Amino acid sequence: MIPELGQFALIIALCLALVQGVMPLAGAQTRNRMWMAIGKPAAAGQFVFVLLSFLVLTWAFIQNDFSVAYVANNSNSALPLFYRISAVWGAHEGSLLLWILVLNIWSISAIIGGRHLPELFNARVIGVLGLVSVGFLAFILFTSNPFDRLIPAAMDGRDLNPLLQDPALAIHPPMLYFGYVGFAVPFAFAIAVLLEGRQGTDWARWAKPWATMSWVCLTLGIALGSWWAYYELGWGGWWFWDPVENASFMPWLMGTALIHSLSVTEKRGLFKSWTLLLAISAFSLSLLGTFLVRSGVLVSVHAFASDPERGLFILIFLCVVVGAALTLYAWRAPRMTSDAGFAAFSRESFLLANNILLVIATFVVLIGTLFPLVMDALGQGKYSVGPQYFAAVFIIPTLPMALLLGIGMHTAWKRDKWNRVSRHVRIGASLALVLAIAISLLAWDGGGVLSAIGIFAALWVMFAALVDPLAYLRKGQMRRMPLALWGMSIAHFGLGVFILGAVVTETYSVERDQALSVGESTSVGQFEFRFDDLRQVEGPNYTAVEGVISIFDDGEEIAVLYPQKRVYRVQQSPMTESGIDARLGRDLYVALGDPLGGNAWSLRVQYKPLVRLIWLGCIIMSIGGLVAVGDRRYRIARQDATARVPAGTARETG
Amino acid sequence: MWRYFLPIAFFVLLVGFFLRGLSLDPSEIPSPLLGKPAPAFELPSLDDPASTVGTDTMKGKVALLNVWGTWCGGCRQEHDTLMAIAATGEVPIYGLNWKDDPAAAREMLRQMGNPYVASGIDADGRVAIDWGVYGAPETFLLAADGTVIYKYIGPLNFGIWQQEILPLALQAKEQQP
Repeated sequence: MIPELGQFALIIALCLALVQGVMPLAGAQTRNRMWMAIGKPAAAGQFVFVLLSFLVLTWAFIQNDFSVAYVANNSNSALPLFYRISAVWGAHEGSLLLWILVLNIWSISAIIGGRHLPELFNARVIGVLGLVSVGFLAFILFTSNPFDRLIPAAMDGRDLNPLLQDPALAIHPPMLYFGYVGFAVPFAFAIAVLLEGRQGTDWARWAKPWATMSWVCLTLGIALGSWWAYYELGWGGWWFWDPVENASFMPWLMGTALIHSLSVTEKRGLFKSWTLLLAISAFSLSLLGTFLVRSGVLVSVHAFASDPERGLFILIFLCVVVGAALTLYAWRAPRMTSDAGFAAFSRESFLLANNILLVIATFVVLIGTLFPLVMDALGQGKYSVGPQYFAAVFIIPTLPMALLLGIGMHTAWKRDKWNRVSRHVRIGASLALVLAIAISLLAWDGGGVLSAIGIFAALWVMFAALVDPLAYLRKGQMRRMPLALWGMSIAHFGLGVFILGAVVTETYSVERDQALSVGESTSVGQFEFRFDDLRQVEGPNYTAVEGVISIFDDGEEIAVLYPQKRVYRVQQSPMTESGIDARLGRDLYVALGDPLGGNAWSLRVQYKPLVRLIWLGCIIMSIGGLVAVGDRRYRIARQDATARVPAGTARETG
Repeated sequence: MWRYFLPIAFFVLLVGFFLRGLSLDPSEIPSPLLGKPAPAFELPSLDDPASTVGTDTMKGKVALLNVWGTWCGGCRQEHDTLMAIAATGEVPIYGLNWKDDPAAAREMLRQMGNPYVASGIDADGRVAIDWGVYGAPETFLLAADGTVIYKYIGPLNFGIWQQEILPLALQAKEQQP
């Protein structure tokens, strides 16, 4: 009976979403204030029922209700409680429900945060969010109902995919969805601007915190996924250019462009139509990602049960949402003109370059991801695009971007002089150059010119990001530094840290696959790995072979690692749990390969310098974003909007 | 003003490719065996381990070779279809009982019916490797001279039999000397 309640709650939520989607938009068009006012309670009601439905599904997992097909397919009575809860979003149906819940949380937040916005504008934002929700609720109810019954009920469940039985992967999807779905809010703002034909650029200031918050969540979500892949897949790689990874990376690139473009629109009133296009594109790429992941049009390591029927549904939804948005854009955007100009050497020019390069980077990823599909569709045969393509082509737009970033950060709006800017950056540039050459020559072995350039770019970005905080420090006015400036400095510093980690790990990692018997040892660099023991371990729902490996640095024992090869009982699939000794400066990584008979195993041993900086950099970037959202400007924006509501409403309704 | 239409034009192009892509299977790999002589094998028969089943047994007539096992859910799912195909009498169906327990396999055929003229016991999976099998069920259509004409991956249904396999089988029969 309880699962049916969950389904019933979803149906009610769909009805409320229809009300939220239709009434405020119709009200805004006909200036009917009653209709416009219905949006908010409808959204609140929808949230309550979606939450109820989500809790019902969670309850079914906690109670091991194997009469629900989705629970029977993705859980097991031996599964620990923590994973029974995370299993709720462990497969297609439940993750879709999570998606809808997250969308509702964003909608409610946008309504609460936007209560001071002009009534007409806000009604349209709420309406657009409602329509997006209608699409997803219809999708789940018509093609992917998580509450379908299994009659007769299963004795026990088929267990959660062992790959997902991991703490990082339990929180990775929610984080990622908060990022993906969050772009629905700037999208709704953009549509509202276009529908209204709104002149002025106050909307950019309203939209910016939402875009930034989504970007923060997406950054953390992607970083979590990368970290998980690193220690769980047993290869020691941190990014694979897999279609599903790319599906999350494209909105990230576009969202990054959007944040920067919003700054220009907010501060200088420029790039209006371009910013709107980016806002539409960022969310469109999120939807596109959903389509690519769920429809099975691409081959990926992510085993989402793909289904052409679901694929068709999302494609139609994608056509309606993105098609309508882009048509509206083509119709209304030409009116969004701005008359302000800027000199060739100005902050605007650098941000324009940033935007163009980020869009090129997005296209590089998009082309690589879709190439196999396009060639297959044209009857040109089967292709696959490997990491070589991405690694080689991706740096073409991103390297100049990193180099320009250090200058652009310190260039003034409107017009600036190279002489003035160079005073701020030349110390950092010289220092970065000297250090990059020194590191390439002295530290580790075997770097090339390209890695030296990469290290220079990383240090250059980091040092450039320090200029502003240091200037305020020298003046003794650290407390007066605006949070937005703090945010920018921190996020850019994080980017530099990330680049440093990525370049050094990719260039200087040492990797060795070796057959070892118990008692034997192998060495990587100055480290010696001794295979001490092999033993059986029993987990709650798996059995594992565990290796005991002692690591010696110049004869001194520094760590003991316990890599495992697990076999999960129900699905009988083998999983690798690597053993990692992590320090800020380097990781030592051991993964068990395959048994070679007797006590011998193939072992993968790796030395990965600075690999931690990759994720640390992402965390720093996210902190930067969070700090920037706290800036006074956005609080003042709210007061401004309150003050202007009567006038604004009068103008719009008059 | 045409530049404002660029995004929607690009999007329409993408959607065209996606529509086409939905009807294609990206993981479908054409079998290198198509048009080539089937890899020879000779295995003990499931019904009577004293006798053998193999490429020699199948030669001389257009036939289906179906890779199956009791452990494979897709095989149970397609079992009714195989029974129906066998009932039409158009082509004999041979089985390759892959990495299975012969006793369990005999029990399953006794309970669910036996569509196979004969099944070979491929206990260690060597023959399946020669045939490039990477998951059960898979079904091959063989010409009278032992050439592989067609390969289907996944559970069969009667629609696929009628629309894809039967026409090829009839064509092959006509060409039969």
